[in-house]
Amino acid sequence: MRALINTALVLVLLAAVAASFAYLSLDLQALFGDGGLGQMGAYALRFLSPDLSPDHLRAVGKGALETLAMSGLGTLLAVVLGLLLALPAAGRFGWPLQGVARLLLNALRAIPELVWAALTVLAAGLGPNAGTLALALHTSGVLGRLFAEALENAPPEPAAAIRLQGGSQVTAFCFGTLPNLWPQLLAYSLYRWENNIRMASVLGFVGAGGLGQMLYTTLSLFQEAQASTVIIAMLVLVLLVDALSDVLRQRFVRV
Amino acid sequence: MTLRLSDASLRHGQVQALHGIDLQIAGGERVAIIGPSGAGKSSLLQLLGTAIEPSTGTVELLDMAPWRLSAGARQRLRARIALIHQAPPLPPRQRVVTAVLAGRLGQWSTLRGLLNLLHPADVPGVREVLTDLGMAEKIFVQCGQLSGGQLQRVGIARALYQQPEILLADEPVSAMDPVLAEHSLKTLNQHASERGVTLIASLHAVELALAHFPRVIGIREGRIVFDRPASEVSSEMLDALYANEQLVSPPLPLPALSLQIPRC
Amino acid sequence: MLKADSRDPAALPRLLLALLAIALLWPGIRLSELNPGVLLQADNRREMGNFVSAFWPPAHEPDFLRLLWDATLQTLAVATAGMTLALLLAIPASLLASRALSLRAASRGGRLGFWSRTLRLPVRGLLIFLRSVPEIVWALLFVRAVGLGPTAGVLAIAITYSGMLGKVYAEIFESVDQRPAHALLHAGSSRLSAFFYGVLPAAAAELVSYTVYRWECAIRASVVMGFVGAGGLGQQIDLSMRMFAGAEVASMLLTFLLLVWLADQLSRLLRGRLA
Repeated sequence: MRALINTALVLVLLAAVAASFAYLSLDLQALFGDGGLGQMGAYALRFLSPDLSPDHLRAVGKGALETLAMSGLGTLLAVVLGLLLALPAAGRFGWPLQGVARLLLNALRAIPELVWAALTVLAAGLGPNAGTLALALHTSGVLGRLFAEALENAPPEPAAAIRLQGGSQVTAFCFGTLPNLWPQLLAYSLYRWENNIRMASVLGFVGAGGLGQMLYTTLSLFQEAQASTVIIAMLVLVLLVDALSDVLRQRFVRV
Repeated sequence: MTLRLSDASLRHGQVQALHGIDLQIAGGERVAIIGPSGAGKSSLLQLLGTAIEPSTGTVELLDMAPWRLSAGARQRLRARIALIHQAPPLPPRQRVVTAVLAGRLGQWSTLRGLLNLLHPADVPGVREVLTDLGMAEKIFVQCGQLSGGQLQRVGIARALYQQPEILLADEPVSAMDPVLAEHSLKTLNQHASERGVTLIASLHAVELALAHFPRVIGIREGRIVFDRPASEVSSEMLDALYANEQLVSPPLPLPALSLQIPRC
Repeated sequence: MLKADSRDPAALPRLLLALLAIALLWPGIRLSELNPGVLLQADNRREMGNFVSAFWPPAHEPDFLRLLWDATLQTLAVATAGMTLALLLAIPASLLASRALSLRAASRGGRLGFWSRTLRLPVRGLLIFLRSVPEIVWALLFVRAVGLGPTAGVLAIAITYSGMLGKVYAEIFESVDQRPAHALLHAGSSRLSAFFYGVLPAAAAELVSYTVYRWECAIRASVVMGFVGAGGLGQQIDLSMRMFAGAEVASMLLTFLLLVWLADQLSRLLRGRLA
């Protein structure tokens, strides 16, 4: 029976794949044959000579630092906000607050970063501030949910033991729960940071500062050489953050 | 009386853990509780440690009835009582020094407690209790790297550092080898008799109980079977207490840290 | 040791770490021009409030709903088609990149030789390159190369996700017990059959689970990519936002919510069933 259902599931999946291609009517023939590939190749070639003039490099460097700051601070703010919301969402302050916190977390998480960015640009004006806030808002929803799960799974005994010897709620949490919890919180935060550096580099598309804004304008002006430098900078940033987060994970999280 | 139980019983759901216990222990007394596993030793200690409220009957500790006090006053009373857990609930990522310092959280203000989390203020004090237990060289090691017996000694050190008036110990030496168990019990007893602390320990090793404690209480199936000075406990009484029971020490669960690392 | 008895060996590292954090935080705040207060300023709040108040009631004219339905289907199709193309590239690449199938390592107790390491480097490098450029940048490039529409989205997902899937697949192959595959290789079987008989049975559950999780991510990504013109829900959201049509944005966000929730449930079901 189980095997039958599984076979049916696989068939449904294959049908879904076929239906997707049919629905999109992807004309791969036109794309790759018939000189389409040649056209794409010609377009790609224009990216092969990045603009390395000092002026442009300086501008890209500033944009890269801005992007890095946006991703880092956005994640940091989200960690704080996420933790503040995770405590009620894990049911630490009774069920009415738990419901409210969960609803808030889901709302924050459900709206994509780019939509948040469009909203914050409306409120805060163009620039990296809007991007940082947008990242922080979406990420606090994601992290808040993960943190709440981690809190619910944390063993209660150490904190209970400290309550039993007369400690207050706050100290019991800090001495009993937190030492078990923070490696998990850190692991989740680093994972989100890796996501956010990718997102921060594209939030500029809606005017929220950083490298994205440069990429968008240079591409709109058909300056492929300049755009190419920006893309290389993005690549370097992503690799840098991935490596840094890996180092931090090895050092502080360890399994 | 430092400690008085009157007709106290305890139910865990369907299971009746303790039946109408009457018990009086004076200040400075040292008492061992023995009995087969599942007899209710842990439940009795938890009752005395105000971890759980008796289903019926009353508990009186240090001339106060904990369950008639306000929550704040009960916390202040709890700061004067220490319970040594069989499997010390210590977070694996916490350092020994912090775990021991946590013993005084009941006496310290919240702010002082939090500051000690950032920087341990009383390292000499912690080192002193750890030295008595032969653990001084482990002071800056994380709890997760210790063996079961070492963890139990950290648990004892935390309770000693708390400087309580009543010291309760639930199988405090079950994971130690005989020599260490001897030594640790001696340290506990010495600490208690020097400071006039009331010490109540449950033990599964009868010979240790008889050797170290002046008064021995035997319990079985939630009832007190005998309550005598150690010199008057006979082998017939012990045989009756442990009839049809195997003397195996329960395995000690070591705390482990489970981590989930999302793949990106 | 008893001399320096009140010193904590962790004090200095902690202090340095705190100083480093402050030293990094300050330029970070300056660079990102961080000022959360703007969200609370009266006129900014009014502006956002005006926009958000238009959210209710969500748009529900039949014409609009038909448009919404089409966009939703397109989003789903982009994600599925993109994942399929990504798998076509990721599976061979992960087999090439994974150290689990190295003949040399099998005969040297799991240690890799110089050549087996060097020859795998370009494949690994390619995978890292593919996954490190954000998919939305690929989408932006493809929109310019092949025109507006879902094709750009499919290609962008195919490229980024082949990198992600390939890298993680290779890691999963390496994380399972290597002894069955090594035993088969020693017995003279080909690498591919050693993979199918020695590695795949142990790795299958995690592979399926990760693939389904990525498919869920692909749905999210295909919505986001719409913002640069790669079709689907995102493009419609972008259009409505530009026209300040709050009611339409609200319906589309609700649809997106529903879609993500459904994908979440489906992925849980599939993982429970297939893994």
